[in-house]
Amino acid sequence: MMGLTHEHELHRRRFGRNLGVALVLGAFIVLIFALTIAKVSGGGVIEAFDHTYRPALDPAVNPALRGEE
Amino acid sequence: MSDIRAEFARQDGHAEASFGDYVQLLKPRVMSLVVFTALVGLLVAPSGLHPVEALASIIFIALGAGASGALNMWWDADIDRQMRRTAARPVPAGRVEPREALGLGLGLSLISVPMLGLAANWMAAGLLAFTIFFYAVIYTMWLKRWTPHNIVIGGAAGAFPPMIGWVVATGHVGIEAVLMFAVIFMWTPPHFWALALFMKDDYSKARVPMLTVTHGRRATRMQILLYTLALAPVALVAGFTSIGGPIYLAVALALNAVFVIGALRLWRRGEEAAQLDGYHAEKRFFRFSLAYLFGHFAAFLVEATPWAAALRAQFAFWGA
Repeated sequence: MMGLTHEHELHRRRFGRNLGVALVLGAFIVLIFALTIAKVSGGGVIEAFDHTYRPALDPAVNPALRGEE
Repeated sequence: MSDIRAEFARQDGHAEASFGDYVQLLKPRVMSLVVFTALVGLLVAPSGLHPVEALASIIFIALGAGASGALNMWWDADIDRQMRRTAARPVPAGRVEPREALGLGLGLSLISVPMLGLAANWMAAGLLAFTIFFYAVIYTMWLKRWTPHNIVIGGAAGAFPPMIGWVVATGHVGIEAVLMFAVIFMWTPPHFWALALFMKDDYSKARVPMLTVTHGRRATRMQILLYTLALAPVALVAGFTSIGGPIYLAVALALNAVFVIGALRLWRRGEEAAQLDGYHAEKRFFRFSLAYLFGHFAAFLVEATPWAAALRAQFAFWGA
């Protein structure tokens, strides 16, 4: 029985192509996200400046920061 | 769903491209070889690369290889149309417009190179950019239609991936990377000339100055033998570097012995004998050449494993 709409082979190809492009773009986003996480965490634990005094970062207290070990 | 373009497409016989056609533009078989050799180059190099960075780098190298494949198919559509082996490719078959292949090639180049620079380092990205340029411009647009040495010089494009993999991991080009490059570079001419021997009419019909067309089949057989003999020491020397070892050396010795014997057999054969058995020896040599390359790079990979390192330590040369 023929429906009101006619599904041409071209439509199937177009759907497959759109689906393929969507999957590739999705995979690209996942890859960039994973790469970002890997790059950011590559240097170890991230310590953002928290606006509080930390003696370890004060050259007056920490001789290593003054070049004297 | 209805679309008047569906009717037009049926009338002019020009089918709309499927996703698979675009994948075909990237030459997936060549891409798989690129991925494998680049991965080996990356894994055998001394580095502490994050696995995600390594994976991303390999993907971007593969995309770069795909880009050069698409650019090659765009430029070579006229040649491909005349050769039996390539007539069914998406552009000559009319499934993909040439400008779409050009767009895909340029687009992927512009994505893959900067992304490899960001994922790994800019030296690797520079090498990838040079590889795409070398394959698409130097080989495809210039050498292929101009000189019978097209395969010899153009083979460099296929030889770069393991070097890029090495540079991704280390940031510099070492002797090991140069030797991996040299193995593929020297392997390419006998591999493609063997193909040209049994795809005999394709290249002359398309007026591609392949060695078989310009210098004859006798000279091609001789060149196959010479390159195979020159390849053997290159492959064996790699066994004495940091990426080699006793396992690699044993594999390389066996593979090179078989390859040289195969080349000798081709050299001794006349055209009548080849025609009589349907180019059996040439086809076998071509198939073995693929196993040859895979075998060498798989052996490099084995040498990078801890148990191979333990075995290497037993030998004075590698253990020192």
